[in-house]
Amino acid sequence: MTENNMEIGTLRVKTGLAEMLKGGVIMDVVNAEQARIAEDAGAVAVMALERVPADIRAVGGVARMADPTIVEQIVGTVSIPVMAKCRIGHFVEAQILQSLGVDFIDESEVLTPADDKYHVDKEAFTVPFVCGAKDLGEALRRIAEGAAMVRTKGEPGTGNIIEAVRHMRTMTDGIAWLAGLRSEQVYDAAKQLQAPVELVRWVRENRKLPVVNFSAGGIATPADAALMMQLGCDGVFVGSGIFKSGDPAKRARAIVEATTHFADAELLAEVSRNLGEPMVGIDISQIPAAERMQERGW
Amino acid sequence: MRIGVLALQGAFREHILMLETLGVDAVPVRLPSQLADLVGLIIPGGESTAISKLMDTYAFFDPIRQHHQAGMSLWGTCAGAILLAEEVIDATPGQESLRLMDVVARRNAFGRQVDSFETDIDFASVGLYRGVFIRAPWIESVGPSAEILAKHADKVVAARQGDMLATVFHPELTGDLRIHRYFVENVVGSQAR
Repeated sequence: MTENNMEIGTLRVKTGLAEMLKGGVIMDVVNAEQARIAEDAGAVAVMALERVPADIRAVGGVARMADPTIVEQIVGTVSIPVMAKCRIGHFVEAQILQSLGVDFIDESEVLTPADDKYHVDKEAFTVPFVCGAKDLGEALRRIAEGAAMVRTKGEPGTGNIIEAVRHMRTMTDGIAWLAGLRSEQVYDAAKQLQAPVELVRWVRENRKLPVVNFSAGGIATPADAALMMQLGCDGVFVGSGIFKSGDPAKRARAIVEATTHFADAELLAEVSRNLGEPMVGIDISQIPAAERMQERGW
Repeated sequence: MRIGVLALQGAFREHILMLETLGVDAVPVRLPSQLADLVGLIIPGGESTAISKLMDTYAFFDPIRQHHQAGMSLWGTCAGAILLAEEVIDATPGQESLRLMDVVARRNAFGRQVDSFETDIDFASVGLYRGVFIRAPWIESVGPSAEILAKHADKVVAARQGDMLATVFHPELTGDLRIHRYFVENVVGSQAR
């Protein structure tokens, strides 16, 4: 606190940036050129990465935080917010990303986890964090650790929307279930959800998550983005779906328009025309259970 | 009395909730045809580049100028303040603005997210108010037709020109209704001098 009670890094300032991203598309980019294409297409933020999830999946091995040079080039190229990923529990990668001036850190299951028990203590940072979740309990555990935004995980790098839909529906069902409980059932619900009772009570009373929730992991078309918006998410992350397609700039613009006009079927038909080849995609049953990124996170 | 909130991207729901709490009929505006019959329009915070591109794609610029001419009052918060400005410094190439208010806005002037802050500001005729500044612009200069309503660290953070209001911080994130009430009761319907 200083003169005029000025404060930085408050929860309101962190969750506030997430509020400003709502109704928008956050795009994965691996270099400055892609970042510029994303900004020109109307992305609300870019995610700076060394490889998009489809390539991480193809290359295998340990996936880590991007090289600081890539992050810095992207930060220096665009004027929209820049996000970057650290491994689950790797608080030093997070410290490095904060020092590089990124605007949001994604503690992400797309990278190989660094800790099999603990996530990053996100309250210790000035920069806000977004974390993945498959269900309400996982979302509330991340929020309790200080996450300012959540995203349903889906299955990254597949171009297949089914897991994103499943996780969004699971989240919505979880909230509806809580809302229907009597007050004396809240303690038991908190035990089942493995989440703090104060947050559980808040969700029961307000019938929504206390932070913004985006959808991620499998969005490849404007219709996919609009589907997730109609299912109740606040915005979308598109990873491999744009730069693994035939005409990234056109597809990026179309997904931005579809996310704004998600309930207007005629307009969606218009923006879905002649987009070129979408990314090929993977059937989830073809991915061995041990290689599913959504299972990472505790 | 119906007030629209431009709902292309950003924190439009929060503005609608604040207006509804004041008993105002508030509607989201996604297409220019929805500007009809509005006494006011709020352009919310969000990403000014993304909002500007969508405004361009859906041809919002001229209809907003025409409706303003015909009496629709305007309020821009953060990105919205940038969109009202006559001139924008550090805009992306080709980024358009409405050029309606006699102010110059500087994008992301207060810095990146790690510099985002909240602070008490003294807002003319409202009093002490908790300003939430997120990757905020500031108003670099104010022309003769506009007046300064609030400053922080010697930078202009709120200005008014007749029936137009610009705030670079986010009253919609505070739950404090006073600036929304100020817009509804004092700005809406007051013609430019």
